[in-house]
Amino acid sequence: MVTPTSTTTPETAAPALELRGVSKAFGRVVALRDAQLELHAGSIHALVGENGAGKSTLVKIIAGLYPRDSGTLTLDGRPVEFRSTADAKKAGIAVIYQEPTLFPDLSVTENIFMGRQPVGRFGRVDRATMRSEALALFARLGVRIDPDRPTEGLSIADQQIIEIAKAISLDARVLIMDEPTAALSGVEVERLFDVARGLRDEGRALMFISHRFEEVFALCDTVTVMRDGSYVSTDPIATTTVADIVRKMVGREVGDLFPKQEAQIGAPVLEVNGLSQPGVFADITFSVRSGEIVALAGLVGAGRSEVARAVFGVDPYRTGEVRVGGRPLPKNSPAAAMRAGLALVPEDRRKQGLILDATVASNITDAIRGRLSRGGLISTTQENDTARDWAQRLEVKTAALDTLAGTLSGGNQQKVVLAKWLATEPTVLIIDEPTRGIDVGTKSEVHRMMSQLAGAGLAILMISSELPEVLGMSDRILVMHEGRITADLPRDGATAEKVMFAATHGQAEAGQHHGSESVA
Amino acid sequence: MSQTRPAERSRTYADHARPWWQRVLLTPEMAIIALLAIVVLVASLTVRNFATPITLTFLLLDVATLLLIALPMTMVMITGDIDLSVGSMVGLSSVVIGMMVQAGQPMGLAATTAVGVGILGGLVNGLLITRLQLPALAVTIGSMALYRGIAVGLLGTTAVTAFPEEWTTLARANIPGTPIPLVMIVFAVALAAFVVLLHFTTFGRGTYAIGRSRDAALFNGVAVDRTRIILFVLSGAIAALAGVYYTLRFGSARGDNAMGLELQVIAAVVLGGVSVFGGRGALHGVVAGVLLIGVLSSALRLAGVTSDVINIITGVLLVLSVISGSILTWARSVRARPSSATPAQA
Repeated sequence: MVTPTSTTTPETAAPALELRGVSKAFGRVVALRDAQLELHAGSIHALVGENGAGKSTLVKIIAGLYPRDSGTLTLDGRPVEFRSTADAKKAGIAVIYQEPTLFPDLSVTENIFMGRQPVGRFGRVDRATMRSEALALFARLGVRIDPDRPTEGLSIADQQIIEIAKAISLDARVLIMDEPTAALSGVEVERLFDVARGLRDEGRALMFISHRFEEVFALCDTVTVMRDGSYVSTDPIATTTVADIVRKMVGREVGDLFPKQEAQIGAPVLEVNGLSQPGVFADITFSVRSGEIVALAGLVGAGRSEVARAVFGVDPYRTGEVRVGGRPLPKNSPAAAMRAGLALVPEDRRKQGLILDATVASNITDAIRGRLSRGGLISTTQENDTARDWAQRLEVKTAALDTLAGTLSGGNQQKVVLAKWLATEPTVLIIDEPTRGIDVGTKSEVHRMMSQLAGAGLAILMISSELPEVLGMSDRILVMHEGRITADLPRDGATAEKVMFAATHGQAEAGQHHGSESVA
Repeated sequence: MSQTRPAERSRTYADHARPWWQRVLLTPEMAIIALLAIVVLVASLTVRNFATPITLTFLLLDVATLLLIALPMTMVMITGDIDLSVGSMVGLSSVVIGMMVQAGQPMGLAATTAVGVGILGGLVNGLLITRLQLPALAVTIGSMALYRGIAVGLLGTTAVTAFPEEWTTLARANIPGTPIPLVMIVFAVALAAFVVLLHFTTFGRGTYAIGRSRDAALFNGVAVDRTRIILFVLSGAIAALAGVYYTLRFGSARGDNAMGLELQVIAAVVLGGVSVFGGRGALHGVVAGVLLIGVLSSALRLAGVTSDVINIITGVLLVLSVISGSILTWARSVRARPSSATPAQA
């Protein structure tokens, strides 16, 4: 173990972990460009950035999950290469993910020593040693967890502690926690922070990824900001403010890249009143009028897609109601939602939006198969004619109508999903991440199309994690944070800072601070 | 939709990427049909007494049960489910008609009751699977034991053989002037109904969609659970109907009738090109698959091969058919890999 015990960073020592000039591309999509990071022993470091800023990719490279395309990775000044997660573990790096990956049926002790149980004579697993070591670990962390109980039924917080105990028993010197507090209550967060501080004082290097700035300021010593896959800055927490960090996270000019045409805004078409589903979202109330594009912004996990799925009837909700064109919509019935004029372009195009194994034609006509049939019998000719018509309107690039949808590029797959839902002639279009993973050219085509559809009187609810898209395309922006709507911003009053602030804070602060003050 | 801008109709699309003969001939179904034709040809030339009307009659009488049950099983398996309880349902149906006839009830009522029991059994399967979200494999292993247990429990180890002469004769009779059994008319009607249901209706489209991606089907407004329940009900009903035929054909109602039949049916369905993962398959392939197994065992038996060896041969064939599917998929993925690295070009 490394020896320094002071809580300040020893400037002279080599960083416990250092990344320089690290880049990573997936196909043509660049996820990381010349990223850098320094973690010091006896210090807690924060890594912040918008969704898609490259934080997760960076963590996965450190964890040995992805190979990097270029750049260097050094541990205590020595360059290292990780070919697998096992290599990274052996080098003393532990990553604790948001959702712990424990075996639910095994006991707490068994989980901590999975794959490296102490053995006694004749290779027999030495349960007594295992148990006492587990107890020693928990004592050191200052927590009380029964080592003999199965992990099933433990809270996420306790499961994280078990992951941390596992990491320490492996003598991990670098601990990375990817949004560990997302599912924790206030008390649990405090306990986690106490554990983290204890580990820091033992001289370990910690990194903490979080979207909650209060926590970053309460716990961390330094903070690195990333944006669009690139490194932006590293500062000591003491000399920075929330406003500074938000500005750096957003950073870019939001120009007229996403022009929403002026449209005649009409009567409310989609009305959602007090929709709640315990543990997922609460008291969601909003409406979308014809000709209007309303953005639902927020961080991944804020409950935006869940609201969309509940409105469309794919997921259940406990209380509240949904009205389309003034008429209440029954729960839990996508078929009824479709009949009422609702269309949902789901978040996961490959899993939910398309049937990859089916042809382009059958994908386009899937949602209107009832209309294309007479007495339940389908006419293939009519099916192909309709599919051809819609493929032409959206300029889908495909060899033939019976090409399998899975073989198209991401942008063209998205066009097929759009074609399918526009073919239902909806009055409300819910579109979840309309341009995720598609190239720039097709992106602006999709934006132009959405704008035209709104111009023609469609009510559009757009869920997007891309701030420029949100700010450029929408007439109104709803921001969600932890299952609640925390801001309703008109087009003119919306700024990137305000949206980010509402997405990372509770309602009260969002109203008062407007992202201009520090909460430290 | 009229709301979008008038499209520049610059691009036109062909209906199909490949010419018609490739689409029709280069399919797993055609491979099985070709194999069936080859086996029939070779057997006719080399096995004495194979190419005779009487062989055909007995062959068809033998496979009729499998053919019938394979129809709903195909649809169940296309959704990604499986029904292991069909063999037991044949036994249960056999016991039901046996006991009713023994009690002096007319044959027609007995058969109707048996099919009713089949519908009920299928409904129980479907409800357990969809309501409790249990895997079909687990549920139908349970109901396989349950239905068999009820059947044996009701009739014990005895058999009912006192069926009305005219009914048992009818079950074995041929269409006048042909060597084709009457039961094949029942099968032809059922086949036509299932072909329309699977290949030409919205219900059929939904069936494929569920097997290809249950999530996507849900987002497309397919009534996923209702479809699955209906298919289990069809499976139970047809299995019970096949049980009526089976009983009359052998003139014997026993609790252990058609033991292990479910595996023969599933083997034939898989051989016919239906993917065990769901989403793929067609009825002409399945019919060919059942006939292939029937022809092979009939020809080999005539050639004096013992039943163990016949089992080995059909087993090898089944393994080969499953492997060939994986090899094809693998070959396709290898071919597709370079093009997926560079995005699709216009």
